[in-house]
Amino acid sequence: MLAYIARRVLATIPVMLIVAFFVFSLLYLAPGDPAAVIAGDQATPQDVERIRASLGLDRPFVVRFGEWLWRIMQGDLGVSIFTNLPVSHMIAQRIEPTTSLMLITITLAILIAVPMGVMAAWKAGSWIDRGVMAFAVFGFSVPVFVTGYLLAYIFALQLEWLPVQGYTPLSQGFWPFLENLILPSIALGSIYIALIARITRATMLEVLAQDYIRTAKAKGLGSRGILFLHALKNAAVPISTVIGIGIALLIGGAVVTESVFAIPGLGRLTVDAILRRDYPVIQGVVLLFSFIYVLVNLGIDLLYTVFDPRIRY
Amino acid sequence: MKRRDILRGSAALAATAGLSAPAVSQGVAANRLLRFAPQSNPGSLDPVWTTAYVTRNHAFLVYDTLYGSDADLAVSPQMAAGHVEEDGGRTVIVTLREGLKFHDGEPVRAQDCVPSITRWWRRDPMGQAAAAATEEVTALDDRRIRFRLKAPYPRLISTLAKPSNGLYIMPERVARTDPFQQITDYTGSGPMRFKRDEWITGQIMVYERFADYRPLATGTPSLTAGPKVMNLDRIEWRILPDAGTAAAALQAGEIDWWEQPQVDIQPLLRRNRNIVVDVQDPIGLVSALRFNTLHPPFDNPAIRRAVIAAVNQQDVVIAINGNDPAGYTTGVGWFTPGTPLANNAGLEAFKSSIAAGRAALQAAGYRGEKVVFLGPTDILAPKAASEVMGDVFRQMGFDTDYQAMDWGTVLQRRSKKEPPTQGGWSALCTSFAGYDFLDPLVHSQVRGHGDQAWFGWPNVPRLEELRTQWLAATDLPTQQRLAAEIQAAALEAAPGIPLGHYKQFTAYRRNLTGVLKGIPVFWNLRKG
Repeated sequence: MLAYIARRVLATIPVMLIVAFFVFSLLYLAPGDPAAVIAGDQATPQDVERIRASLGLDRPFVVRFGEWLWRIMQGDLGVSIFTNLPVSHMIAQRIEPTTSLMLITITLAILIAVPMGVMAAWKAGSWIDRGVMAFAVFGFSVPVFVTGYLLAYIFALQLEWLPVQGYTPLSQGFWPFLENLILPSIALGSIYIALIARITRATMLEVLAQDYIRTAKAKGLGSRGILFLHALKNAAVPISTVIGIGIALLIGGAVVTESVFAIPGLGRLTVDAILRRDYPVIQGVVLLFSFIYVLVNLGIDLLYTVFDPRIRY
Repeated sequence: MKRRDILRGSAALAATAGLSAPAVSQGVAANRLLRFAPQSNPGSLDPVWTTAYVTRNHAFLVYDTLYGSDADLAVSPQMAAGHVEEDGGRTVIVTLREGLKFHDGEPVRAQDCVPSITRWWRRDPMGQAAAAATEEVTALDDRRIRFRLKAPYPRLISTLAKPSNGLYIMPERVARTDPFQQITDYTGSGPMRFKRDEWITGQIMVYERFADYRPLATGTPSLTAGPKVMNLDRIEWRILPDAGTAAAALQAGEIDWWEQPQVDIQPLLRRNRNIVVDVQDPIGLVSALRFNTLHPPFDNPAIRRAVIAAVNQQDVVIAINGNDPAGYTTGVGWFTPGTPLANNAGLEAFKSSIAAGRAALQAAGYRGEKVVFLGPTDILAPKAASEVMGDVFRQMGFDTDYQAMDWGTVLQRRSKKEPPTQGGWSALCTSFAGYDFLDPLVHSQVRGHGDQAWFGWPNVPRLEELRTQWLAATDLPTQQRLAAEIQAAALEAAPGIPLGHYKQFTAYRRNLTGVLKGIPVFWNLRKG
């Protein structure tokens, strides 16, 4: 197992290199010019050229890519063109809000969606099942920003229970931290809850039709034991796969959620950087996201062995 | 673990959470703390390196200026005690007020001002003109700055008082930074100190009152002139990129002032009795269309003039700023309405008639060349103006290829001189601050110096001749006459078209008083 983990971790290096090359190439080919953004509307073409030269953007692709790669290999993500701050510092500032948002969303989603999916499968065809499926369709259909605005309108503006926007670090108190993340997590989690609930239901329906479930029933095992000890454990592999895949969905959704609730996370950092063509920041964040995604997939693969002892690496 | 243990643990956790209030804003009385949502997230904090207006607004908090301009654009000393002219106006000596300090406690000296001036005037168009007129600028001693001019230059002091993207005084060590490189030290000279340790890009920027700042003892605060008295101890700029969220935050009292509420949200805010929606800057902005004069069809001035006939400025400004007449002006030429050089010369070319435009287009010999219109999607005013003008182009009969793209891409595309069918462009819309259209010295849209001109590169020698005459004119009537001639010539050659003037609205909580008109400044403000 350890050898497998080591192999997988090592395999991330070529993956990250390929990602780095693609990110750099795409940004090189993409239209847009940070020098023009910096120079402003009154600047002459000559001013723009001088700024471009001062930023080193007039040098050939190979030289720029080589320098960037060399710095990356030394752990240096570079400096933001606009803020003049190290990209690693900007990411470090933003990683806590995004991680907090994602962790709370995932926890919330799993805690709500898995029991919902199990109950829907157990009571297949009943009003509970239809209710869960209706919720799932609703969750899928309503965009995150609409859910976000609705929640803010009801719980922040009308009821005044929670703040409209912002983020408070955990270090400044648990409740201030949590109150800022409740609405965003629900908004972001709605699609995720729908996705996991549907997959849980479908997988559970399949598992509940298996012979060993019938055997368990014949032995007189209670419903709770059958559902959660036997059926859910066997349904866990596809569910955890979906949770892993869903993290990519969550990263995309976080961009919108962070904008709606003014959370200073990595999603907003990415959007701001893209609009300004702040290349070092875009490259750094995309690399980080790719790395997280590779690690999440590795984690999910390892979880398979926990849920299904027949799986060996 | 038993259920009772969990409940006990939860209660303890909740109690702990309640005790740990946020450190941010702690210790500042509510009426001494202002939460402000700026128009955008300031990328750079160097007001010389970038001309972004949001960075300019930051700069007026952190840095002071030698001279200020009031709302009527009258100039008065600010850090300067005054100036004297010698040698028939060829030497100007500016003397600093006593007791001025930087945020690090060091005194402000003429040796700091000189590199601040020379760094700034390498980048700023108005500063460049002053630099060209100056033989040498030196510090005579700690308090006196001497300008030795090539010839008397009456615009020197008004240049130093420029209210937008002006001259900010930085410590010598900072001001010696190459103007094409960013500064990294934000030690300022203004009424508020920037708290770099609390800066989280994209979320919050914090300023605290600089106790050693010495405002002018007398005068009336107006725009950037007069005493800059701070009645606030702490200002937090909260970056709220989403308009809906900013509106909700203002209504809920989570912010006190939202710099630029979106047009479609303003009615909602106006209905709230706790919120004031008002024109922020009477100088406003001018929307403008620009042609690429290098390639057909807009290499033909008659075709460019045909578009003027079709333009209805009201359609454009209402699309940008809503239909509140307090928010826009039509019948606008190339100089900011309400300022000394604004005039009506050449405005008869505007017929506000698609039919007239179409007829003029046919008469001008349009042969169906493709028109590539660059339409930004993420900057509201240019987006609205582009959509209106794109439709005008189509109705006139142009073969219009309206290309929607983000602003960053527009900025890059507009610098391309290739033909429109090979990655170039034909027309675009943008907005300019009214401060940029005050006179021909700073005005980029009434120039005609070909390759050196603003994007679109019009070659109109007549415009350059008139500008030279205007620069030599010393009395206002002559300047006004020449400005009228420049405007008429600019509408005849039509390198671009003024599309109307609009004033941006701002929104703040009613308990905020003393909000000055003009660019958002924070002195004189009181929070009840």
